[in-house]
Amino acid sequence: MATLNKPKTSLISLASVLLLVLALVLPASGVLNPYVVQILMYVGINMILTLSLNLVNGYMGEFSVGHAGFMGIGAYAASILTVWVLPRAWTPWAFPLVLVVGGLAAAVAGLIVAFPSFRTRGDYLAIVTLAFNMIVKSVLENLEVVGGPRGFLGMPRLTNLFWVTAWVLITVLILRRLVYSNFGRGITAIREDEVAANLTGVDTRRLKLYAFLISAFFAGVAGGLFAHLLQFINPRSFSIIKSTDMLVMVYLGGVGSLAGSLLGATIFTVLMEVLRPLGLWRWVVGPLLLVLLMIFRPKGIMGFKEWKWLREEKVASSQ
Amino acid sequence: MPLLEITGLTHNFGGLRAVSDFSLKVKEGELVGLIGPNGAGKTTIFNLISGVFKVSRGMIKYQGEDITRWPSHRISSGGIARTFQNIRLFKELSVLDNVRLGGYAQHGYNLLQAMARTRNFKIEEERQRQRADSLLARFNLSPYADAPARNLPYGEQRRVEMARALISKPRLLLLDEPAAGMNQSEAQDLIRLIKEIKEDFSLTIILIEHQMRVVVNLCQWVKVLDFGETIASGPPQDIQHHPAVLAAYLGKDGALAEVEAEKATPGPGKVA
Amino acid sequence: MFQILAQNALNALQLGSVYALIALGYTMVYGILTLINFAHGDIFMVGTYLSLAAAVFLLGLPLGLPLVVVFVGALCFSMALTAVLGVVIERLAYRPLRQAPRVSAVITALGVGLFLENFTLGILGPEPRHFPTLIPLQAWEIWGLTITPLQILIILGAAVLMVLLDFLVRRTLLGMAMRAISYNRLIVPLMGVPVDRVISLTFAIGSAIAAAGGLMYGLAYPVLDPYMGIRIGWWAFIAAVVGASAISGEPCWGALSWAQWRFSPRCCCRLPLTGTSWPFPSCSCSWSSSPRACSAGRYLRECD
Repeated sequence: MATLNKPKTSLISLASVLLLVLALVLPASGVLNPYVVQILMYVGINMILTLSLNLVNGYMGEFSVGHAGFMGIGAYAASILTVWVLPRAWTPWAFPLVLVVGGLAAAVAGLIVAFPSFRTRGDYLAIVTLAFNMIVKSVLENLEVVGGPRGFLGMPRLTNLFWVTAWVLITVLILRRLVYSNFGRGITAIREDEVAANLTGVDTRRLKLYAFLISAFFAGVAGGLFAHLLQFINPRSFSIIKSTDMLVMVYLGGVGSLAGSLLGATIFTVLMEVLRPLGLWRWVVGPLLLVLLMIFRPKGIMGFKEWKWLREEKVASSQ
Repeated sequence: MPLLEITGLTHNFGGLRAVSDFSLKVKEGELVGLIGPNGAGKTTIFNLISGVFKVSRGMIKYQGEDITRWPSHRISSGGIARTFQNIRLFKELSVLDNVRLGGYAQHGYNLLQAMARTRNFKIEEERQRQRADSLLARFNLSPYADAPARNLPYGEQRRVEMARALISKPRLLLLDEPAAGMNQSEAQDLIRLIKEIKEDFSLTIILIEHQMRVVVNLCQWVKVLDFGETIASGPPQDIQHHPAVLAAYLGKDGALAEVEAEKATPGPGKVA
Repeated sequence: MFQILAQNALNALQLGSVYALIALGYTMVYGILTLINFAHGDIFMVGTYLSLAAAVFLLGLPLGLPLVVVFVGALCFSMALTAVLGVVIERLAYRPLRQAPRVSAVITALGVGLFLENFTLGILGPEPRHFPTLIPLQAWEIWGLTITPLQILIILGAAVLMVLLDFLVRRTLLGMAMRAISYNRLIVPLMGVPVDRVISLTFAIGSAIAAAGGLMYGLAYPVLDPYMGIRIGWWAFIAAVVGASAISGEPCWGALSWAQWRFSPRCCCRLPLTGTSWPFPSCSCSWSSSPRACSAGRYLRECD
């Protein structure tokens, strides 16, 4: 078995490296026009967001509707770092670190949501997360230091296709490793039957904590990438509307599936781009899509299924 | 020292007394039956032992240690495993994952090791997988390993539940109506299976059961509950003929009650 | 001091009455379907805009209609149309999901709410609209309190609607069916209760009451924008949770006490709160321990 797996693993690593090289070369060579590169970066950021939300909503079966709050915290934390703290010349090199700090800030906020989740489930946790989203937004609106409702600007444009691709790969890698370990199986067990999970020895509280921390971390990283792509953020970018977009991507692509997240983020982002001429009406599409999805395809395109190369490999052993 | 010792366990649902002053001593290697009509409080006792409900009054000691206030995952990893009256598998997960989850508490790696896929992680995963594989083989479930648990027939689901309970190497196993919904021959197979695993895994078992045949065949000691009260206890042969039991549990129409109908005088009393 | 408190209570009662009317819709739907109808705030918003449209239309007619007629006309129009809207939403979005996991239904409700909001935004644009004055703007001074006819209208109107609803739930066959469904939706059809129709009617009534609240809100705070649904619906929702988990089981009390609470900090006197007979202390504790909020659904059941 072990020998059978080796080629597959190395093939995936090879493909990842190739992808990274392409992400570095293609925009520079001018083969892709800047608009397409821009869209690709949005697709990547949305992939990270969707993957992160899928961990909580899809795998754990909890119900977070305030994920934009984490994204906002990550975006502001990372931006403050590049604009105020670090010398301008350092920022290109420190960028990965900046994103990690943004992610950690969001993870701390993740604790705020994780603790109520010990006691509350379903609808009521949804309310808690919704309230969290609203709190983050209004706190940001009332913080004059970071521009209040006018927003925060001055970030250098550090996000490029290479970094986005790298973080998408990191997210997929880490989440895949999490999902195919006892921790991931425990997280899915919470979704299936929390009481039974507890009774088979799964420490559900700790797992909920882990899930929210990791999920919030990646949402924060995505926020940092987003901020340094737009070079301008304001609290309205992280409202409930953004959270709804993430929900649409998760439930479109498929719950409990990494492949689904990648797919959902791609389809939704491209669709919204195609619909840009509709103007204000574009925002009607997301909610409508969400309702239709829930009625006709509640598990999404890839619900609980996985592409072959993302499935669990038999752990290679010495035997 | 008894393996499990319960003293004065009492539990109320709202104003209703579900379990009243329940006491039980189970020695290592025993197979104790808990019987009684529906709503007698048997499953509630299991829920109290395994920590699903908070114990308001009474004490539960396991291996001499007070586990009354432990959270249920700790009780479970401490060596008390259980199955459920209405099967509670993780339905969307594969049979293999269901069984592996039973050993959750014994995995020897932490979150960072899992993410870094360290050597330790691989060894532990492999070990756990082999244990799961051998248990699946033991319960004739190998062909279903990758199927989602919800797709399995009823009897197989019951066996998956048992495998999930056994992978954690428990010392005490709580079986909640394992023969529910089984016919004669299936119940016979089950009796054999329970006897076998009891020997193979050197288990102590507490069994809730409705089918008298299963109880008489398996248990060394039986406790009878009605409306939360313990109305009788003793070896199954004695219990079968105990008047209070016949009145409360089997009723006047019960097959065994017919024989004893004349002698039976209704009303609670204590024997043993 | 007393005057400040009394004035404060009166203003709170006015806003609280509006909240209460919205909260009733949340509670009724939760009671019967155990669904948090996140779209309810936006249904309220649509109701407000509908009454605005009716009022503007009736005032624009060259008939010189008396204001009372305009008011009643706008009320009937918006209540009727909003009831239809509620029924349509239930029929199209919630009914197909009745057997689905509850989370799906909640997400759908969220989607429906955002859809209504953005749809209104798409049609009307983001700029606020002004509600015409239908009730004469005058004020009476009684014992140093300023009371307006509008205040009396809102408080009395809300009270009348609540009494009517209470009668409906307690005394009529429809109310009995509602309570029965909230107990057990699977058994009730076996008794010959047309479950679908009763649920539709519940949505109709809840939405109509929200529309009435919308008209009153428009009269009292005459600037409308499409986001008011989420903003006010959110407070009303909290009121519903708070009120229903209070012992009294009456969402209107919760709404009132909640409104009182929101007003008080502005008037710098939190003191009277503990002195009122409203179940105020339960607000904070029930909100912090949300599992208790599950009792929100009990309103219908505990009417006996």
